Amino acid sequence: MSQHEIAISVHGLRKSYKDLPVLAGVDFQVEKGSIFALLGPNGSGKTTIVKILTTLLKPDSGQVWVNGFDVTASPDHVRQSISLTGQFAAVDEILTGRENLVLIARLRHLQGPQQIADDLLHRFGLTEAANRKVSTYSGGMRRRLDIAMSLVGDSQLIFLDEPTTGLDPEARIEVWKIVKELADSGKTVFLTTQYLDEAEQLANRIAILQEGKIIVSGTLEELKKLFPPAKVEYIEKQLTLEEIFLSLVGKKANN
Amino acid sequence: METIPSYFFTDLRVMLGRSMRHVFRSMDTIITVTIMPIALMLLFVYVLGGAIQSGADNYVNYLLPGIMLMAIANSMGYTSYRLFLDMQRGIFERFHSMPIARSAALWGHVLTSLVSNSLSVIVIILIALLMGFRSSAGIFSWLAVAGILALFTLTLTWIAAIAGLSAKTVDGAAAIAYPIHFLPLISSAFVPTKTMPRGVRIFAENQPVTSIVDTIRSLLSNQPVGNDIWIAMAWCVGIMAVGYFFAMRVYKRRA
Ligand SMILES: Nc1ncnc2c1ncn2[C@@H]1O[C@H](COP(=O)(O)OP(=O)(O)OP(=O)(O)O)[C@@H](O)[C@H]1O
Ligand SMILES: [Mg+2]
Repeated sequence: MSQHEIAISVHGLRKSYKDLPVLAGVDFQVEKGSIFALLGPNGSGKTTIVKILTTLLKPDSGQVWVNGFDVTASPDHVRQSISLTGQFAAVDEILTGRENLVLIARLRHLQGPQQIADDLLHRFGLTEAANRKVSTYSGGMRRRLDIAMSLVGDSQLIFLDEPTTGLDPEARIEVWKIVKELADSGKTVFLTTQYLDEAEQLANRIAILQEGKIIVSGTLEELKKLFPPAKVEYIEKQLTLEEIFLSLVGKKANN
Repeated sequence: METIPSYFFTDLRVMLGRSMRHVFRSMDTIITVTIMPIALMLLFVYVLGGAIQSGADNYVNYLLPGIMLMAIANSMGYTSYRLFLDMQRGIFERFHSMPIARSAALWGHVLTSLVSNSLSVIVIILIALLMGFRSSAGIFSWLAVAGILALFTLTLTWIAAIAGLSAKTVDGAAAIAYPIHFLPLISSAFVPTKTMPRGVRIFAENQPVTSIVDTIRSLLSNQPVGNDIWIAMAWCVGIMAVGYFFAMRVYKRRA
């Protein structure tokens, strides 16, 4: 793999909050144009990794490269080439949907902010709600606006931290559709999730984070191969990612 | 590696536009920072004025400086609140993950406090003129008044910023308003300090608002300002320097 095809490269990443070690030597790589899902239980450090990759937090040690730039040495260059949708929708409740998008377009110094806003509103099915205050939006609409705000400026690398947590099934499927479209248009997507089916549905590669390390990573097929199919009463049963996950993190599947 | 141009002032203007919308869309803010001081001015002049011995022949003239300071003081809870929300809702994180000057987000709030307070002070002065306020002050005295009011605003803003940035809850962020609200009340703003009981009087005569009120009163009535102006400035600059230092520290650490 040439250096050119790598969007994110993390090697020996460590991070503690005061005495609490969270990341204890994390390694992974994300290929350009792929969807990479980072799976992990609550508190495993997914958001911490996202914050380090998006320059919001400094690593304690290790090498972290994003789009060919070192996050510690040239954070400004990293910021130029990424966009972040954080775990909790960071939208301005008092502004309208359109104003939120225009705001981001202005801060990215783009020409024609109104047009950019209109296009994204249309693409995300928010045209009708465009001139309403975001405080009147449903959770799903907020999340869509939040993601739309991250797409202003057309960054090639997009971070989505638990993009579907708290959404109802319908809104979830809408977000999945958006993520798939992003990948189809050649963008790299780094997403974290607690939902195994989400990773299964979306990701080209999956990494599972536990106790500060990536315990396994690979394609879904590779992960499945790690676990020979269980024979249950004459029927060969394919393990779901959920079962793989639960056996890895040491909990019992409840079936 | 190409360098990235800085857009600090462009970004600052965008941030200002955003927060000014927050101010104008909050009836509560407008009432507390403009309508309530005006209502108090009406109350003092037309209801209580006859009973208060201020020693001035025009009670509106006597009252105006204190009312202006009160309007400014009243706005601080909102500044703190807006900062808190941006921090808590992840808006700062969104901005910080974008290629914009890191301090632009914070300075946007500071500038908003300055601009919105200037607007409410102008409205208050216009109403005071209708109520019979007259001043023989020249342009330089007016400029000095404007400068002192701006300095007072900045001083309180940095204090409010510490509260907003370090608060854990909305109530905590807004709590800074209470001690600040009290300062104009226990000062020479509404009645001469010599009528107060000894303990209160010592506090009133030695707290910043009294020297600021006395300075503005002298400037507006063309009286010599004496030492008051230096005492007023020393208070403001001293507190502002401390406030700025701690607010920046919290901002760098938390946001
Ligand atoms: N600013 C902080 N100060 C101290 N500890 C923190 C801080 N942020 C996170 N932590 C701790 O670090 C650990 C990892 O947190 P992180 O938010 O990265 O987990 P996560 O995998 O994103 O969890 P979730 O699925 O709940 O979002 C947790 O134990 C958390 O309590
Ligand atoms: Mg998280």
